[in-house]
Amino acid sequence: MKHLLGTDDLTRAEAIRILDTATQMAATQEREARKLPTLRGKTVVNLFFEDSTRTRISFEAAAKRLSADVINFSAKGSSVSKGESLKDTALTLQAMGADAVVVRHWASGAAHQLAHGNWMHGSVVNAGDGTHQHPTQALLDAYTARRHLVDEPDGKGLDGLRIAIVGDILHSRVARSNVALLTTLGAQVSLVAPPTLIPVGVGPWPVDVFMNLDDALDAHHFDAVMMLRVQRERMSGGGAAYFPSPAEYTRLFGLDSARLARLDAHSIVMHPGPMNRGLEISAEAADSTRSVIVEQVANGVAVRMAALYLLLAGEERP
Amino acid sequence: MSTAFVVKGVSLYGDTTADIAVTDGVLVDDAAAGATVIDGSGLVVLPGLVDLHTHLREPGREDTETIETGSRAAARGGWTAVHAMANTNPVADTAGVVEQVWSRGQEIGLVDVYPVGAVTVGLRGDQLSEMGAMAQSRARVRLFSDDGKCVSDPVLMRRALEYVKGFGGAVIQHAQDPRLTEGAQMHEGEVSAALGLAGWPAVAEESIVARDVLLAGHVGSRIHVQHVSTAGSVDIVRWAKARGIAVTAEVTPHHLSLTHEEARSYDPRFKVNPPLRTSEDVQALRDALADGTIDIVATDHAPHAIEDKDCEWASAAFGMVGLETAVGVIQQVMVDTGRMTWRDVARVMSEVPARIGSVDHVHGRPLRAGESATFTLIDPQAAYVVDPADLASRSRNTPYAGRTLPGRAVATFLRGTPTYLDPRFEGAFA
Repeated sequence: MKHLLGTDDLTRAEAIRILDTATQMAATQEREARKLPTLRGKTVVNLFFEDSTRTRISFEAAAKRLSADVINFSAKGSSVSKGESLKDTALTLQAMGADAVVVRHWASGAAHQLAHGNWMHGSVVNAGDGTHQHPTQALLDAYTARRHLVDEPDGKGLDGLRIAIVGDILHSRVARSNVALLTTLGAQVSLVAPPTLIPVGVGPWPVDVFMNLDDALDAHHFDAVMMLRVQRERMSGGGAAYFPSPAEYTRLFGLDSARLARLDAHSIVMHPGPMNRGLEISAEAADSTRSVIVEQVANGVAVRMAALYLLLAGEERP
Repeated sequence: MSTAFVVKGVSLYGDTTADIAVTDGVLVDDAAAGATVIDGSGLVVLPGLVDLHTHLREPGREDTETIETGSRAAARGGWTAVHAMANTNPVADTAGVVEQVWSRGQEIGLVDVYPVGAVTVGLRGDQLSEMGAMAQSRARVRLFSDDGKCVSDPVLMRRALEYVKGFGGAVIQHAQDPRLTEGAQMHEGEVSAALGLAGWPAVAEESIVARDVLLAGHVGSRIHVQHVSTAGSVDIVRWAKARGIAVTAEVTPHHLSLTHEEARSYDPRFKVNPPLRTSEDVQALRDALADGTIDIVATDHAPHAIEDKDCEWASAAFGMVGLETAVGVIQQVMVDTGRMTWRDVARVMSEVPARIGSVDHVHGRPLRAGESATFTLIDPQAAYVVDPADLASRSRNTPYAGRTLPGRAVATFLRGTPTYLDPRFEGAFA
């Protein structure tokens, strides 16, 4: 593996290898001395064109625990004021000798362009590009689900599991990454969203689609329910709003205590954060024993350690 | 410069072989004594091509193209006339600007540059520009478009359609509902869903085309639809023609040859407006061009600076250069596939665009004695790999870089003067 750009080009074997490596990384984090010497002398740049303190500190912790040198590069730019171009930033990083660049960008495809633009040679890890992909989020979700739902998980996928992804699918890189990865790992995915937030071209996706949460709960016994954050800007804009009101969204798609009670005893509740309590998820659901939301954050570090390790310390491939 | 020459053994419109003799800029029956002889064997001669949709960027963005570099690119592509779109800075919405563009084109003399006037002041879509003044100017403007933007207000569109009848003009429309395409990046479909790029739905074009043909029918005006890109638009145009509505339509070489799958590379060279569509759309466009539903090919040649394409897809400008590759692409997708003959190419790239542009008194003329020697020689065997560095255009944003095209124009003549000569002919006119 040279880059980690998306989950759609990961094979099942590669995905399981990352998850298994993450298990080993998590084990090392139980020790007194948590720091591993593995990436000593390597430089990892966190290149963030979009604010995301949570994701940045997760990658930073992962790289530091592997003894890599970490440089945080905040190149905030927007489509309006472009600032330094992606190309010039890449050339700068190349000149600095970055071994890996962890990139978060508001533009879909930015990580792909960085990896394939002939601007730099290091590995590229996509930490979220526009509404396209966020592969380490999906990997940590899969890791978390596997820990809870699969016996003796090492070496295994998510075969036979049924997972719901609920919310703004249209604008969600988390949803795109999870659909591809969970399916590759053998799970069956259901999407639950208002029709306005389902992409027009969803046809070939290997999923079934529900237009309200109760219909989905009637149809399947879900092993995991993943609630996506609803962005405030989707509700405003008059005729361009994607649904009529927050209250109506909560009524049709919110995970409240009644819907929580319909889940099987072993089912887990996930959320990539940050949550809108009371909108897509009720406080009871977020804080219930089924919720693995806090654990997802911790697992994020282990999964990102695994990804960096496999990209930078893995055996050389031709 | 030779004033008398003869192209020997050239294929007229790709069917009959003949000699093309020129004396003092006019086609003649017999070559003058001592006329320069050019070997035309293997070449096809067509009347000079007429592009109804060109962005020359002057005035305003001379860093990306000028009337001079654009004229050179056009001549190299086999064109002898181009219609320059109005979205310059300042906008071509007054007689002053269109006269300046027109006379600069004449000064350069490589192609006839016909300015297209803006329908609305500043392309802002809220007030008609002084189209009558542009029509009466030395530039004789007959086509009006807010290209790059759609005349979306239905009342304003109705008024424009009616108003231009007063001087035999026509509105040519960039059909794009602005509300349905806010922030749009590419065709809305399976590829946009996978790539997470905001969708430009086919219906945003089709709904405007439908409205416009109905309006044109109602007020008895003619309407020309620019860069038709969807199968649905083709159906609407076909229906309107069957109803007797005076509608004509153009298609670009890129919409006839490329699909939205190209966006998977996230390479902004494939970002264009309207966007590349599905392979079903491409097939429908080819069928429509072959059966006459779509009347003409137009390039929508849109030069852009490197920095406006060497960036994130969402930040990149829309558009592709196309003047120099159009003949090769049309040969590849329409002629070599047996869908059209070279005579059909003369119709869709010269004769009919000249008629729509009301320049058919000087362009798109028959290749016969007494007519102006305005023609292009095409070598259908001159396959080549497109190299952006080799373009005459000032810009490099071709989607065909590194791809092989089967043929190209090798010489272009405007009223007897060579405006482009492949190196193989340079000696003859030294």
